[in-house]
Amino acid sequence: MEQFFGAATTIVIGVGGCLLYFFLTNMLLDRIFPASGPNISRNINRANAVRPWLFLFPALILLTLYLVYPLFWSIYLSVMDANGRAFVGMSNYAWMVNDPKFLESMRNNILWLIVVPALSTFFGLLAAALTDRIRWGNFAKAMIFMPMAISFVGASVIWKFVYDFRPEGQNQIGLLNAIVEAFGGAPETWLTHEIVNSFLLMVVLIWIQTGFAMVILSAALRGIPEETVEAAILDGASPLQVFFRIKVPQIWGTILVVWTTITITVLKVFDIVLTMTNGQWGTQVLGNYMYDWLVRGQDSGRASAIAIVIMLLVTPIMIWNIRNARKEMR
Amino acid sequence: MDNIVGQKSSLTWVVNIAAAALVLLWTIPTFGLLVSSFRDRDQILTSGWWQSLFPQEASVHYRAGAPDTAVQEGGLYVIAGNVFDGAGGVVSAFGTNSRDPAAFAAGETVQTNDGYELTVSEDGAYRLTSAVPFEGTRGERFFVTTTQPPTFTTENFVKVLNAEGLGRGFLNTLTVSIPATVIPILVAAFAAYALAWMEFPGRALLIAAVVGLLVVPLQLALIPLLQLHLKAGIGKSYIGIWLAHSAFGLPLAIYLLRNYMAGLPRDIIESARVDGATDFQIFLRIILPLSFPALASFAIFQFLWTWNDLLVALVFLGSTQDQLVMTGQLKELMGSRGGDWEILAASAFISIAVPLAVFFAMQKYLVRGLLAGSVK
Repeated sequence: MEQFFGAATTIVIGVGGCLLYFFLTNMLLDRIFPASGPNISRNINRANAVRPWLFLFPALILLTLYLVYPLFWSIYLSVMDANGRAFVGMSNYAWMVNDPKFLESMRNNILWLIVVPALSTFFGLLAAALTDRIRWGNFAKAMIFMPMAISFVGASVIWKFVYDFRPEGQNQIGLLNAIVEAFGGAPETWLTHEIVNSFLLMVVLIWIQTGFAMVILSAALRGIPEETVEAAILDGASPLQVFFRIKVPQIWGTILVVWTTITITVLKVFDIVLTMTNGQWGTQVLGNYMYDWLVRGQDSGRASAIAIVIMLLVTPIMIWNIRNARKEMR
Repeated sequence: MDNIVGQKSSLTWVVNIAAAALVLLWTIPTFGLLVSSFRDRDQILTSGWWQSLFPQEASVHYRAGAPDTAVQEGGLYVIAGNVFDGAGGVVSAFGTNSRDPAAFAAGETVQTNDGYELTVSEDGAYRLTSAVPFEGTRGERFFVTTTQPPTFTTENFVKVLNAEGLGRGFLNTLTVSIPATVIPILVAAFAAYALAWMEFPGRALLIAAVVGLLVVPLQLALIPLLQLHLKAGIGKSYIGIWLAHSAFGLPLAIYLLRNYMAGLPRDIIESARVDGATDFQIFLRIILPLSFPALASFAIFQFLWTWNDLLVALVFLGSTQDQLVMTGQLKELMGSRGGDWEILAASAFISIAVPLAVFFAMQKYLVRGLLAGSVK
């Protein structure tokens, strides 16, 4: 109860404070530069010059303090020792390129980067194409989209249950091993099986991200001008040809957007690996390795250096996004 | 000629079946866990959830009543009872040795290792007799192979909510996610209006910066912010996590809202300006109500994100039992009670119930937000 009062009070103080800030500063501005009197036009101009900054101020403070400043402070920390006290130059980075666990994380991240966006986009496209043509399409869409609402941790529980292992001779309670046994195979402890386990973790993320890809691609597919499709059909194109030769090329831009958005998610993947294997058995990824050095290793230098690597991997997409956004604004 | 419009043909069947297969593939894992969360603990561990509607065969060991519960019947000492303790079921076989737990058919009378006579009948009733008084303090152990009707229970949920502290976690999650959803909306709405409709130098640069910040990985912010919070005296508290979540959600919020507001008709805003309204009034009276769909989209995103988040909560909130949010508790349970699927399944379902409800109730806005939010 007490906790709820705390939360409620914060909402009231936070929201009320914000509102109060906006009200008061705007009122003050109108007082200082009244839109009346002898200098009316000069006053209006000045007020208009100041007001945007009043509107922006809280957002700018939060963004600077919580996103921009950490970027630079992380760079600084990455050239410091474990406690952030002594300057150690590039030695954290030098450690990294020789650390087998880091190299494993890089290798896995590259695997994730190749597999997850590709398969999520593929299944998303497939789901979009299929569900747009059936009567119960909306229901089907909702079902495929549903994992988006499930937390990565919840999804990990769901899938860990699918991968569960019982020794041979016992009844399998994990779906995967039950299927394997039904086809005459021997049950496996999947999550400790190197290489295979990484792919099984990727399945979880693909399962979550496909719905996202489907929703965006389905909207794009519906935006394709009817004439192009009709013309192709009149020319005798088969449904598959229509799809791959006419529709897909027209939504290529959207496919790229979906692909990059999922790529960003993949680069930050953390929860799934932490909860399912905690990076053991060759499944480590950068996001979880960074957390490991932060919490278990208590080494802010190395953890920051790994974070910087993640940032560097994201940067090309960031620049591409900014350029596209600017192009669109013109 | 049934192919003439490229839709109605034998392909329709293929499409329907393929879609059904895809839907099944995507829902079965969740469904399996949902079913399991309602199953009896022993049944989860001995049979797959897909068998849960059928009678369950299980091999269990059972301890007969303690020696002091024996009664004398005409020179014999007798301990009697029922292996099902009231629940129904059928015994098909029993045994006295763990190496051969199904040695005898139900109804037979056999000698135990200690020289007593044991009989277990089909309905589960057992009778242990001896010519001399029973010795020791513990009851005789024997094995039965039983077939029990499927049982479903809500006990798992009661158990995790109370004993495992998930009720507390639920409250903590709620305490984190509601302010962390409400606060950024207001801050972002003002900023978005300024970026969409006010003229000032540096506007384009700021918009570009917001687009850039959209993808900054959270990992980068953790250590500096943790240090900042400790220095500022906020430490690991709700205030800290509210601020962190708010700030991390801001780029998307500003981006979504700015795009939406920029698309509102110019006439409305200009005629209001001509009528002498200040930007503040225009914002409150016109823009904010008109932007409701975009506000709702972002609110859903942010709520799902803060509710489902693990990383930020692990770093910015403490990790003692009464500070953990539900995702943190789930993570702990997966480590400490990895094999207790009834606990994991019920806990997972409590934690994903709210996001799922929000998802199904507000799907329209979520889709709209996704379409507007992916950087084009």
